[in-house]
Amino acid sequence: MLKEKDKVFPNIHGFSDRSLKGVMARGGWVDTKTIISRGPDHIIKTIQESGLRGRGGAGFPTGLKWSFMPKSSEKPKYLVINADESEPGTCKDREILRHEPHSLLEGCLLAGIAMGCSAAYIYIRGEYVREREQLEVAISEAYDKGFLGKNACKSGITFDVYSHHGAGAYICGEETALLESLEGRKGMPRMKPPFPAGSGLYGCPTTVNNVESIAVVPTILKRGSSWFSSLGRKNNHGTKIFAISGNVNSPCVVEEEMSISLRDLIDKHCGGVTGGWDNLKAVIPGGASVPLIPKSVCDDALMDFDWLKEQRSGLGTAAVIVMDQSVDVIKAIWRLSKFYKHESCGQCTPCREGTGWMMRIMERLVKGQASLDEIDMLIEITKQVEGHTICALGDAAAWPIQGLIRHFRGEVEDRIMTYSSKKAIQAAE
Amino acid sequence: MLRRLSAKQPEKFSFSKANLKWAKAQLKKYPKGRQASAVIPLLWKAQEQEGWVSKPAIEFVANFLDMPEIRVLEVATFYFMFHLKPVGSKAHFQVCGTTPCMLRGSEYLIDVCKTRINGKQHSLSSDGSMSWEEVECLGACANAPVVQIGSDYFEDLDKESFEKLISDVETDELLVPGSRSGRFSSEPSNMTRKYSRKKLSSENASVERFRG
Repeated sequence: MLKEKDKVFPNIHGFSDRSLKGVMARGGWVDTKTIISRGPDHIIKTIQESGLRGRGGAGFPTGLKWSFMPKSSEKPKYLVINADESEPGTCKDREILRHEPHSLLEGCLLAGIAMGCSAAYIYIRGEYVREREQLEVAISEAYDKGFLGKNACKSGITFDVYSHHGAGAYICGEETALLESLEGRKGMPRMKPPFPAGSGLYGCPTTVNNVESIAVVPTILKRGSSWFSSLGRKNNHGTKIFAISGNVNSPCVVEEEMSISLRDLIDKHCGGVTGGWDNLKAVIPGGASVPLIPKSVCDDALMDFDWLKEQRSGLGTAAVIVMDQSVDVIKAIWRLSKFYKHESCGQCTPCREGTGWMMRIMERLVKGQASLDEIDMLIEITKQVEGHTICALGDAAAWPIQGLIRHFRGEVEDRIMTYSSKKAIQAAE
Repeated sequence: MLRRLSAKQPEKFSFSKANLKWAKAQLKKYPKGRQASAVIPLLWKAQEQEGWVSKPAIEFVANFLDMPEIRVLEVATFYFMFHLKPVGSKAHFQVCGTTPCMLRGSEYLIDVCKTRINGKQHSLSSDGSMSWEEVECLGACANAPVVQIGSDYFEDLDKESFEKLISDVETDELLVPGSRSGRFSSEPSNMTRKYSRKKLSSENASVERFRG
């Protein structure tokens, strides 16, 4: 288990004092000026050496992403924080926003200065009203103390942080859709290139990072890259906030070491799977968009980017959705298809139409009201959607279904057969 | 998804004095000429003030931000948090129905809504005081199932505690947001006992306030 002293977010559950005084007692906003004085290159180099990979789902190396920002630019540069946490199963950033907002703000300042940004916008999902209020309290505390704004932390640099919010659109978690939304339009993703680092918010160089990626930055810079990279397996370093939901005895959000085994995570923090480990059916290890893994894979699953990728799944946002034997797994995936249909922005035809087709076929598969060859047809539709859209929502809608058929095809076929034989008997009567 | 404005619309809309002051302050967040960025926060404020987003409110925001009305209409119809017709005067229950909440019984909550509020979502109860809808993931999955009313989350619900919540709305009881299983936030339940709520420092009063 992760030692208390290695936790980046000691107050993740909000038990301790979360005012600025309490934050500073825990090491927040301490030595910030010294770190800034070491220079932008030092900050980027340290983050690269630490092996920090983006916590928003894709796992792209954060330091490398920062290095894509142009060194000199006539236009202002921006840091945008993606706090539009809407992936089903994911509720980790919420805890940072309401219980550890200062770590995010300090991270914004350090990352912003490293990239030469003039301001950071934190885009929070609209539903998180109370979380936004907590964050805004923290922002005003930081301004009052002179940590942000003009001459931030007495560094001589002006850096502003603003909170902004959306209004209930999952698609705005996609970075270019988020920028569109932040500019006051519908959240429809932009074509890439140009990438945000070249032309992002208001046409200016922009980096979009997840809340957790930025919130761990101050601790890495204070404790050193070797401390961070000593945790977890190779290429999967550091600590990670896991959100475990579904059929466990005690669902929770916890910070743990990267590469912890799935079984340890569930048994040590969540009181085990309901009805015991053997009652486990499947787990979605990284939020709705990654394919599920059946129990046989769960038995020795390690929770990191590379291990789960080898199993044709993914760590995603480390949102673990646990399903026990009582769960109708076809229905569980159908509900995700419904989610994606609801959240497709409608810009690309394969996704707009495809998500509807997938949902309707899934709806019939739940009942078994289909023919066997429709399973392959469904797979073909997912392949037609996957990779044929501007953003990854199409892929995200396709993967859960592909995972279901890959691991539970037998169950889907059984249900179709049961339904059709029932119909045949009814017809004979 | 096709969303249209309500057939019945009020005559006019304008921000209250406090909200107007707030709205003007919002514009300072964005660079000059980029005031359109404030469209979502402003529409949201309009909804907080009136309970829903009306056509006059859309026109008002467009005028305030110097945007074409169609652009604001686009935004209002695209984002699902904007109610385009009136909702229950006392409470609009937004029940999360996505898989993590479904696994922990959100379907029972939806059944309760159907029997106690209205058989159809987005429709008012007989006295007009309540309405409900099934929403997509609210992002509090470790506290599933979750229902949002206004700005607050009601977490770790089950059929009984949700029935009680509806009764509390009916009888104008003060609603205490947060977990219904006694948890403070999203900690493992064995941790809850370790930190009884009395021990929480007074600095956390701001959060306690939301908990009633």
